Amino acid sequence: MDKYKVLIGLEMHCEISETNSKVFSSASNSYSEIANTNIRPIDMAFPGTLPVLNMEAVKKSLMASIILNCQQPEHIYFERKNYYYPDLPKGYQITQETKPAPIGIYGELKYECNGEEKIARINNIHLEEDAASTDHYPSFSTIDYNRAGVPLLELVTYPDFHSADEAVSFLETMRSIYQYANISEADSKKGQIRCDVNVSIMDIDKDETLEENWGTKVEIKNVNSFGGVRDAINYEIKRQIELKEDNMYDDMEQQTRRWDEESATTIYMRSKVDAIDYKYFVEPNIPKYKLEKSLIEEVRSLIPKLASERKDTYINEYGLSNYDATILVKEKSISDYFEDTIKAGAEPKLASNWITSIILGHLNKNSLEITDLYVTPTMLKDLIDLVNTNTISSKQAKEVLYESLESNKTPTDIVKEKGMKQIGGEDEILKVVLEVLEEHPESINQYKSGRNNIVDFLVGQVMKKTRGQANPAMTMNLFIKEIEKR
Amino acid sequence: MKYMNKSIEELHELLVNKEVTSKELIEESIELSKKVQGECNAFVTILEDAKEQEVTDNLLSGIPYGIKDNYSTKGILSTGSSNTLKDYVPFFTATAIKNLEKANAVAVNKTVLDEFGMGGTGTTGHTGTVLNPWDKTRMCAGSSSGSACAVASGVYPYATGSDTGDSIRKPAAYCGIVGYKPTYGMISRYGLFAFASSLDHCGVLTRSVKDAAIVTDNMKGIDKNDMTTWDSSNINLYKSLTGNVKGKKLCYIKEICNLENYPNRSEELNNHLVNFFNVIEKVKELGIEVEEVSIDKTLLNAIPSTYVVISCAEATSNMSNLTGIVFGPREDANNYIDMIKNYRTKGFSSLIKRRFVIGSYVLQSQNKDRYFHNAQRVRRLLVDEWNKLFESYDGVILPVGSGPALKLDNSSNNLDKETQLLEEHLQVGNYGGFPSITIPDGFVSNLPVGINITGKCYDDENVLNIAYAIESTMEYKNQIAKEVNNG
Repeated sequence: MDKYKVLIGLEMHCEISETNSKVFSSASNSYSEIANTNIRPIDMAFPGTLPVLNMEAVKKSLMASIILNCQQPEHIYFERKNYYYPDLPKGYQITQETKPAPIGIYGELKYECNGEEKIARINNIHLEEDAASTDHYPSFSTIDYNRAGVPLLELVTYPDFHSADEAVSFLETMRSIYQYANISEADSKKGQIRCDVNVSIMDIDKDETLEENWGTKVEIKNVNSFGGVRDAINYEIKRQIELKEDNMYDDMEQQTRRWDEESATTIYMRSKVDAIDYKYFVEPNIPKYKLEKSLIEEVRSLIPKLASERKDTYINEYGLSNYDATILVKEKSISDYFEDTIKAGAEPKLASNWITSIILGHLNKNSLEITDLYVTPTMLKDLIDLVNTNTISSKQAKEVLYESLESNKTPTDIVKEKGMKQIGGEDEILKVVLEVLEEHPESINQYKSGRNNIVDFLVGQVMKKTRGQANPAMTMNLFIKEIEKR
Repeated sequence: MKYMNKSIEELHELLVNKEVTSKELIEESIELSKKVQGECNAFVTILEDAKEQEVTDNLLSGIPYGIKDNYSTKGILSTGSSNTLKDYVPFFTATAIKNLEKANAVAVNKTVLDEFGMGGTGTTGHTGTVLNPWDKTRMCAGSSSGSACAVASGVYPYATGSDTGDSIRKPAAYCGIVGYKPTYGMISRYGLFAFASSLDHCGVLTRSVKDAAIVTDNMKGIDKNDMTTWDSSNINLYKSLTGNVKGKKLCYIKEICNLENYPNRSEELNNHLVNFFNVIEKVKELGIEVEEVSIDKTLLNAIPSTYVVISCAEATSNMSNLTGIVFGPREDANNYIDMIKNYRTKGFSSLIKRRFVIGSYVLQSQNKDRYFHNAQRVRRLLVDEWNKLFESYDGVILPVGSGPALKLDNSSNNLDKETQLLEEHLQVGNYGGFPSITIPDGFVSNLPVGINITGKCYDDENVLNIAYAIESTMEYKNQIAKEVNNG
């Protein structure tokens, strides 16, 4: 390994899930388990149908182009990529090639990998349509056209990654961007993200900025999870190094392989020589569209705060630790939940504590999404208020929250139902304190002779008598005052 | 024939005055359809259950018409005259046809075309050859062969057509009627089976310019399903037919129509061109200035090959949806590639397959620049050249074809190289999306011949008005085909 440097390039396909309709079809752009329900005639390429460009999809892709610091074209064109496949009803995919320029070209993105900041160069990002999905059975296949025509962003990087870690960190950053910018749920479980990975190795002492020093590019198609990307890269690096060590690397031709999850290997598909000629030409049914500067500026102004910016706010304005802030922004839905709790009026640090300690634990334990949670940000804020106003103790609050998560009752209702309240008044607690001191007269001398922890025992007795409803701090102070009086 | 030889205005008046009912018109039109089907084989489907429609203010209400079979019609067989779609019944209707439905027009048949609009002979439809009603040994030209045949035969006053190279305007000339394709995007293509999208136009075949104006007014309009349509609500073709053309200017291109270009010309070609120049004299009498212009012959000679390259390239892609998997007669095979291959091998005529091969060839990465991109450059040069003419002239006036309808028995022969330009120049109208209309301008060998006027984009009112005025100087308006026997 020390003898070689690895160069990895990525092609990341991500469905734009946040438009109402598909990219060239008026069918609904929504995920459905029921096959062939979100379709219009064009999605099955019935004769005479025509594509109509969805401007929302253009705006979303333009936003991605801006975030990736790409150059935007003067005009938007689409091209046809012609090939036959059962999941491609028209016999061509409407996409964008590099000439004329796609929605974004020549950009770069900073990302973090193992605490280090890195930069990846973007060759281009383009808007296209997804294909139908197929399922194969022993004697037949089925085609589901729900996915046909769903807007898809394809991002192509330069081979700027040197390890599986870097590649996966970049992909995670991109997923976060797509989620935070409201472009896509970017959920690989729904098949919204698919990657092609190309891997080559070169001698470590050679200059990687010179293309002639690069090794032979091997493209791995259709890797559908980030875990798969990591495994495929690592497998391919190992395979190529073995070829090198066996002096067989130079005989290896430029090729396309596929990642086989079951065997955890890459399998040869075709050589570069057999590459398909897609016979691109400009789609005549979509007139070229002038991309006005004003539209670019409008879209730029609409870019929401992304994860890194939110994290800065959490640390600098809310005073959260880097650790907690990192946890909160990892998933947009969690960060949104946190921000909604603050918007409802909760104090950021308290909200963060409740979310990172109890709520996230509950989600992990039960494999839930935060959006599935019964307890809304407003309910959480109410619970925090109950503690702040000394109505219940924080220990009680934890129990209430757990119960609320389990029983789908609001925390406020649980507190009411159980008659829970913290005995807050000094007079009320003092009565119990005096009662306990009477029962344990020996404790006074023990305390005075230096056994300070006897107070904890006394507080415990008060808690017992009040069924936890007394404010512990106040109880402790009352004991100390009372003992010192004697 | 009691009514179907009449103009739209005449029929409308009869309907409004209750001298005839929509039902009676439909019955007559269906009877005539059957007769013409027997004689000329013009239809894929005759809609015997066509229902009468209420007569309204709309000139088309209650009146029968025909639809070229490459328009998608809901619940009605729509084949594109191809075996690949021989049983295809769509579940949506083309926008242009919907617009006619809104006008209460009544479709009575679907007409034969050259398979998917490709071809100019009327011989490649899956239901067989369409014969010319003037002379059954001759072709109607194509691809709107059935529509031209039916309108010329007096089955109804109009039928829809589509035009990718000259598919409306050539058959109109061969059948002695009017063929008009408006500016690209004036009529929605949604629901028209695509041949070459950047060249495809919807249009109409009628027996008079006025009828063409009336029908187009009703077919046109911006359509949310076709991004290439534009708002033409301020255009009223019917109302713009004033006949006032004083001071208008037309030109003809000497490299195309002067007799000396054709030293070996046949008698028919000679008479056709002589007739053309006679008509030019009549045009001048209307107060229209007509001038001769010259365009680089090398550029003009590139018209046909440019058409072949662009139309075949787009066609091969457009028709890739025909796999027999989603619709069409699905073929059995062990894998999808063979399924598609068997379906396409069986379904398409050899002419189309040849064009697909050309289309694929010119798009291959090693050929694309030499053929496809160069063809696009030539297209641009030609369009620029014509637009330059439109800076000085209201339109270009040229003869259609090299004479009357060709004989069917030599239709497969390669057209004479010398007259190729004369045969193919109308394709420039598709390159530029120009409004272009053919009207009958005389007879050669007792058979009709045509003349074409093409103007600049969006200037349809002007182009139609000029055609209207020229039509009035001749006696071919509303003519019905009379079979001639040339022996």
